[in-house]
Amino acid sequence: MKPNDVILHTVTKLASVIIFAFSIHLFMAGHHQPGGGFIGGLTTTAGIILLFLAFDIETIRKNLPIDYKMLAALGVLISVLTGVGGLVLGEAFLEQMFDYIDVPLFGNVELATAVLFDIGVAFAVIGTSVSIILSISEDDL
Amino acid sequence: MFDTLMILSLTILTVAILLNLFRLVRGPSNADRVQALDAIGINLISGIAIFSVFLHTHAFFELILLIGILSFIGTIAFARFIERGYAIERKR
Repeated sequence: MKPNDVILHTVTKLASVIIFAFSIHLFMAGHHQPGGGFIGGLTTTAGIILLFLAFDIETIRKNLPIDYKMLAALGVLISVLTGVGGLVLGEAFLEQMFDYIDVPLFGNVELATAVLFDIGVAFAVIGTSVSIILSISEDDL
Repeated sequence: MFDTLMILSLTILTVAILLNLFRLVRGPSNADRVQALDAIGINLISGIAIFSVFLHTHAFFELILLIGILSFIGTIAFARFIERGYAIERKR
């Protein structure tokens, strides 16, 4: 008999959007408030794991075609390249800089290169944790 | 006065967590233990809220939503494991 989990699917469709929005908020708030790349990546991982729990692996792989090992490697590459970028401009390794730029529709925004490093950290955390959980859960069926 | 009230409510929450811990240890079935863990998570959320009012800070407000999300996902994973024997299925 096929189990019927309509309630779980409906709640997941609603809650995963909220979890992803909250993870983006945590990622963006990391410069002035609690948050950052690590916890933002872990919260995104929680949303992806909720999708994997409610639906099955094949469906999520078809609708969210991400190779998580490649994502982890891409994150480490981005983090290293931001360090090398400071080296190219004649500063020290991992030297970071920021500037205040007038962006239309947002006003005066502080743009820092530390966000690029944080993007790399978040990608590495997402790729590592999701691939660990998937490789644990896969071999028993 | 207000600080005393908050410490009193934190004490009551501690008693609630300890009673849930009793259910966690003595629960006859696994479903009782999962329910006790979920209730402990909710009590932790309210404890953090009262504690952040007590410390006059809003640095812990993200933690409240985070514990809610993690407790929800953990309860769903445990429920699927109890019901079917696995948490993540390969093909539906």
